[in-house]
Amino acid sequence: MTHLPILPFLIPFAAAGILLLLTGKGPAVTRGVSLLAAGLGLAASLALHLAVSSGEVLVYRLGNWPAPFGIVFVADRLAGLMVLLLFALALPALLAASRGTDIRGRHFHALFQFQLAGIAGAFLTGDLFNLFVCFEILLIASYALLVHAGGLERTRAGLAYVALNLVGSSLFLVGLGLLYGTMGTLNLADLAFELPHVAPDDVPLVRVALMLVSLVFLLKAAVLPMAFWLPHTYAAATAPVAALFAIMTKVGVIALLRLAAVALPESPAGALLLQPWLPVLALLTIALGTAAALAARRLAVVAASLVLVSSGTLLFAVADGREAATAAILYYLPHTTLVTAGLFLLAGAIGAARGELGDRLARGPAIPGARRLGLAFAVLALAVSGMPPLSGFLGKLMLMQGAGSGPWQVAWWAVLLVSGLATALVLARTASLLFWEPREPARGPVAAGATVSPALLLLVLASPALTLAAPAVAGYAGAAAGQLHARIPYMVAVMGSGPDIARERRP
Amino acid sequence: MELLLALGVGLLTGCGVWLVLASRTFAVILGLTLIGYAVNLLIFFGGRIGAKAPPLALPGATGLADPLPQALVLTAIVIGFGMVAYFVALALRGVGDSGSDAVDLPAAAPDREEGP
Repeated sequence: MTHLPILPFLIPFAAAGILLLLTGKGPAVTRGVSLLAAGLGLAASLALHLAVSSGEVLVYRLGNWPAPFGIVFVADRLAGLMVLLLFALALPALLAASRGTDIRGRHFHALFQFQLAGIAGAFLTGDLFNLFVCFEILLIASYALLVHAGGLERTRAGLAYVALNLVGSSLFLVGLGLLYGTMGTLNLADLAFELPHVAPDDVPLVRVALMLVSLVFLLKAAVLPMAFWLPHTYAAATAPVAALFAIMTKVGVIALLRLAAVALPESPAGALLLQPWLPVLALLTIALGTAAALAARRLAVVAASLVLVSSGTLLFAVADGREAATAAILYYLPHTTLVTAGLFLLAGAIGAARGELGDRLARGPAIPGARRLGLAFAVLALAVSGMPPLSGFLGKLMLMQGAGSGPWQVAWWAVLLVSGLATALVLARTASLLFWEPREPARGPVAAGATVSPALLLLVLASPALTLAAPAVAGYAGAAAGQLHARIPYMVAVMGSGPDIARERRP
Repeated sequence: MELLLALGVGLLTGCGVWLVLASRTFAVILGLTLIGYAVNLLIFFGGRIGAKAPPLALPGATGLADPLPQALVLTAIVIGFGMVAYFVALALRGVGDSGSDAVDLPAAAPDREEGP
């Protein structure tokens, strides 16, 4: 049994422990260890990605306990892609934080590594209770990272964020308790085998449990009635932390996608669980995110609102549930994650360059190094609003072709296109405010040589790279979607040819 | 017995939801704690109610107790405790920063960083 599937979880987890022991050793040591761990994690996730790209499903049984009694980590093509994306995002975020924001509070690097471990675990685990544990690891790290560097604004955002997620965790536990009480298992593959054979009396209870679990994923992904926490929370965090948070909503999206694709089909309890309300809510979320971007008065709030737009877009395709829609999601998701993360870092760089005015959208001082920052802004704006020729355009094209059939098609195309147009308008207005109109010199302290940092450059180049590599990435996304919707290879890899466990009917 | 336990869980949840909707962090903390108790009890009862059944297949045992909900509930208790402790610390920091126990802390004067 290869140990590869657990490495993307274990490396950051071990690094976080080591970093806690190194408390007080000075920033050079902690930055070095943290960057080394992220580099190792990237190497491990790349190796995992290559190992699963052949279509093999790698199963790692913790303690070698057979599923469903033990916990399993499962790496298929989807998990390989998401873990690789996580570390591809973590490295620039960590580089950006190492330019100074990491020493404005304590234990930044240890918390950052715990967060990486939690997210990687959430992508890899094949057990719903273990997913809950990974969610909690990533959440408690995110609570502390959010208020990193202090200030009343961050405490304000943190209070609401923590209270909301504590309620969410309770709902998750209620869902898991009901699911275990009725099904007697929380292993995803075992559930997929057992759900079609639910006793008719239990169907309503199982539906409620599945609905509660889906609801928690949707809270993480910030769908409409539960979306209002996101813009001011993400905008309050420091720029590198917000850049890492760009992947947090995707954890919810991917968890829901996996649940919907693997466990729900062919089961009376899972039939039409997400229809027809999720597509409506997803479209409304896109509209809300667009409106929030139009109304925003800070660049970081614009970026956070665009996270809402991408969440809504992805969730509509998840609700669609066809293989072509999933393939489009898996191309669009890396693009939107990296580009919105780049926008957060850019907002941080612009804020640092404009002194006390920060990244507020008001006429202000001329920015030193405006030409390079402006170029970076132009690339990110083209990518995020879905203008040709960058990957945003390709991703939206695939989504328009793959998702939204029948009566949904008109609404889906209209919302997606209008939202793209409004985003382009917002960003054009922002560019003119920030880069063309200002003439006076800056007030307040200005960071010397505020320019495009290597971290920002990496994220700006992500969209052109995804465009150039579009055939390869889209091919991989299609293969991953095919593997996910085939279900049986995943279930058989985890459970063997099927569970031959004598089950008693659970009262 | 089942009805009594279910009503107890429901009562705890109801009180918890009522308190979470309050506008002071102290009440919210109490509410989250009560919801946590209700959830832990619910998971525990998911392993069915009853006594005298061994959790392992001992010779001569007629029925088996399910040991897994106890493991799940132990994990949930530890995590819930940690989370609420963090929330208390954060609320205290909010009180220290702004002098107010309101859930929605007063805006950072004189110049808020974002629109209303």
